[in-house]
Amino acid sequence: MTTLLNVKDLRAYYGQVQALHGLSFSLNEGSLTTLLGANGAGKTTTLRAICNMVRSTGGIEFDGKPLNNRSTESIVRFGIAHVPQGRGTFTTMTVEENLQLGAITRKDSAGIVSDIERMYAHFPVLKQRHTQQAGTLSGGEQQMLAVARALMLRPRLMLLDEPSFGLAPLVVRDLFGILGKINREDKVSILVVEQNAQLALELADQAYVIETGRIVMSGKAKDIANNEEIRKSYLGY
Amino acid sequence: MELFTNQVLAGIATGAIYACMALAVVMIYQAIDHLNFAQGEMAMFATFVSWQLMQWGVPYWAAFVITLVFAFVGGVAIERILFKPLAKAPVLTNVAGFIALFAIINSSAGLIWDFTIKQYPTPFGSSPFLGSQLISTHQAGMIGVTVLLLIGLYFFFQYTRIGLAMRAAASVPESARLVGINTSWMIALGWGMASAIGAIAGMLIAPVVFLEPNMMGGVLIYGFAAAVLGGLTSPFGAVVGGFLMGIFENLAGTYIPGVGNELKLPIALALIISVLVVKPAGLFGRHIVKRV
Repeated sequence: MTTLLNVKDLRAYYGQVQALHGLSFSLNEGSLTTLLGANGAGKTTTLRAICNMVRSTGGIEFDGKPLNNRSTESIVRFGIAHVPQGRGTFTTMTVEENLQLGAITRKDSAGIVSDIERMYAHFPVLKQRHTQQAGTLSGGEQQMLAVARALMLRPRLMLLDEPSFGLAPLVVRDLFGILGKINREDKVSILVVEQNAQLALELADQAYVIETGRIVMSGKAKDIANNEEIRKSYLGY
Repeated sequence: MELFTNQVLAGIATGAIYACMALAVVMIYQAIDHLNFAQGEMAMFATFVSWQLMQWGVPYWAAFVITLVFAFVGGVAIERILFKPLAKAPVLTNVAGFIALFAIINSSAGLIWDFTIKQYPTPFGSSPFLGSQLISTHQAGMIGVTVLLLIGLYFFFQYTRIGLAMRAAASVPESARLVGINTSWMIALGWGMASAIGAIAGMLIAPVVFLEPNMMGGVLIYGFAAAVLGGLTSPFGAVVGGFLMGIFENLAGTYIPGVGNELKLPIALALIISVLVVKPAGLFGRHIVKRV
């Protein structure tokens, strides 16, 4: 298996405050990896650092190429789709325009049209609402839209920041089911940050646990889920 | 009745110019959240450039097109050189930047072309339009060009990918970057387009107000007023506001006793204040539909 994303000694700063203290991890091509940890552990910061949305030092390599010092928009063009916390929906635009924006860096207009249809097949509710202002969708629908928008890039790696946030448990199950399917069928590697450790560990194959800006635990998702001590001390369930 | 129709049509003609200025102001406001006080001066300078070209013997429409290109490039350059470095600066720094830009352009125009009033040609002529005494061919031309411009802009923003990207960059910049849009260049593009729209307004109004470095002062105030009236977040509102301003200004000047030409502006501004008291977001200000 080849390494798709390799993060080495990552340190990130908000002004004078250091949020990540030399964090290292890697993600294999085709894997579904989860980053777990409590509030304020640095999960979101890690994703933001990968897309250069926060000042950071250290090495970030994607498919062997360094990402440091590239602008956010050029990192996206490597095939990294980031679904931020709060979903990043263009609320004043229609559902379909949101999907088109996801593919704005692509040049193959025929492929874009067929991908929009593919997304409607994945998420039928989006088809029903395709002319509706995205801001009028429910939280769950907006999260579906955010994932669909990210997939429109035809990404090699998808970064998801707390996709379960604010959603009803049933909707979360649905969404995670779809993420697993996308990972298996479309061969999109996924890095998902979650507070809902139990669900994330069910879905993922690989897991890392972060505490105060450092990786404190890593391994197969199954092993971490089965280790009661880790679960109790770091994941709180 | 004929006087009324005549005043309304004349109002629509000047309103078209206010609509262009308001639209230019709103485009930049949407992109950087600041009002461009120098919008009128940029338009004035472009109009002088077109005049100069015609003095050198360039035919009107060729000069028109060259001026649009000049205004577009100039708008992009102003953004790159002056306002991109100020993007994260406090509001007052930006205001100072706009005032400086205003003064620099105004004085440069005075230095190059001096402050005397110049005649500016119209390609449409000023005979009665279609034999009717209600409106002149130049006024009809002002309306026609503006309507074409507005239709073109509508299609650009609604149906082209670059238009979509520009809207996305203006509405949620961070998300726009996350789908790979270079938001910084989208802002520059917005400046270029706003500057070109202003140049069209300047070239259309110059035969009416005559060409001189302060020609756009009054027009820009009406443009601002129109933008605020329609809602600074709504390009559509800005255009409607522009036309309404033009019509109201003319009707007030004609029918309200004692107003005449001198008091037209204060009356128009008083109208705006009264509208804003009732609807602070402007007539078409954005009401984002949001679930909680």
